[in-house]
Amino acid sequence: MSLYAVQKFLYSINRDAEVQRRYREDRERLLAEMDLTDEERQAIHDGDIGKLYVLGCNGQLLMHFAPLLGMPWADYLEAMREGVRRYGPVRAGIYAMTTGTDEKIAGV
Amino acid sequence: MSLVFAGVCSHAPGITGRAHLAEPDVRDDIVQGFGRMRDQLEQAHPDAVIVIAAEHFANFFMNNMPAYAIGMAESYEGPIEDPTWLGIEKTSVPGNADLSRRIITEVMQSVDVAYAEEWRFDHGVMVPLHFLTPRYDTTIIPVNINCQGPPLTPLARAWAFGEALRRACDDVPERIAIIGTGGISHWPATPDSGRINEPWDRDFMQRWCANNREDLLSYKDEDIYRDAGQGGFEIRTFISVAAAARGKGEILSFRPVPIFAVSCTTASMAVE
Repeated sequence: MSLYAVQKFLYSINRDAEVQRRYREDRERLLAEMDLTDEERQAIHDGDIGKLYVLGCNGQLLMHFAPLLGMPWADYLEAMREGVRRYGPVRAGIYAMTTGTDEKIAGV
Repeated sequence: MSLVFAGVCSHAPGITGRAHLAEPDVRDDIVQGFGRMRDQLEQAHPDAVIVIAAEHFANFFMNNMPAYAIGMAESYEGPIEDPTWLGIEKTSVPGNADLSRRIITEVMQSVDVAYAEEWRFDHGVMVPLHFLTPRYDTTIIPVNINCQGPPLTPLARAWAFGEALRRACDDVPERIAIIGTGGISHWPATPDSGRINEPWDRDFMQRWCANNREDLLSYKDEDIYRDAGQGGFEIRTFISVAAAARGKGEILSFRPVPIFAVSCTTASMAVE
């Protein structure tokens, strides 16, 4: 159920300028309001795309969180590869990685 | 009137957002492919265009996820994504709430569909419109199929939905075009982005052009996931268009482009 809460947070911040403002200016209290595990809370707090990917967040949510963090496309892809290197395979969802962490299919 | 045009095209955000990372001749080729589709669409003089796109969590979430939804507003805003990231400026697109209401009412005779009086467009609608109605002055009826968060609607229901849309188009006096967007094989938003199963894509488009119901509905989701990625679930939008059009299809452009993450495709289908 907790992964659902992480994804709902991503859905909110992707759409809502007020959540984006609070993430920038009032992050601790914003995250304290959510029912998350420590690991999930830390991943959101740190903008850890790799961990969020491994936790099983849907790519259509994660892909739009990355630009909010100021992360270009190539860095976003690399952050997910780094997440798999550090934390292991994707644990849930339908966005599991099917290529190797040393592959760059589209050259980025 | 009736259905006056039917077609399908890619909607991958990289086509606009990562255009600068593609070779100029590749980029030009893709733009020309959309241009061929735009010419056919304009020659049909539609009063409104139904755009069947796939769920990307722009409007709905897993707390309340419709299998099928149709917009019913006077106007729509988009894109929901960062405009710099997508390469498309935020704009307003005209809708027609009354036309939507009549179409939804008829569709409901055979398929349960959610309606939405608020709807923000994401790349699934905006990328096609960027090329097909670039002045954003054509009336759009947005349609959404959940191809994203399982459980997903069965392919046979996507076919039934297309049949219902056709009946609804035949029932209104306006000239309606229908465009399905998405697919074909792709692994979007993952480190696999750029992986494309070209033979699978070509086979699917062949089946789509032949428009044989059994061939189109014979796919199983576990096979699609293995062979065509989570993005492959979006063939539902293409299947709905085939059911609505009833004719044979013609591929207008097809080119796998890894940096755009898909086989960039445009195709139209005879309305019969």
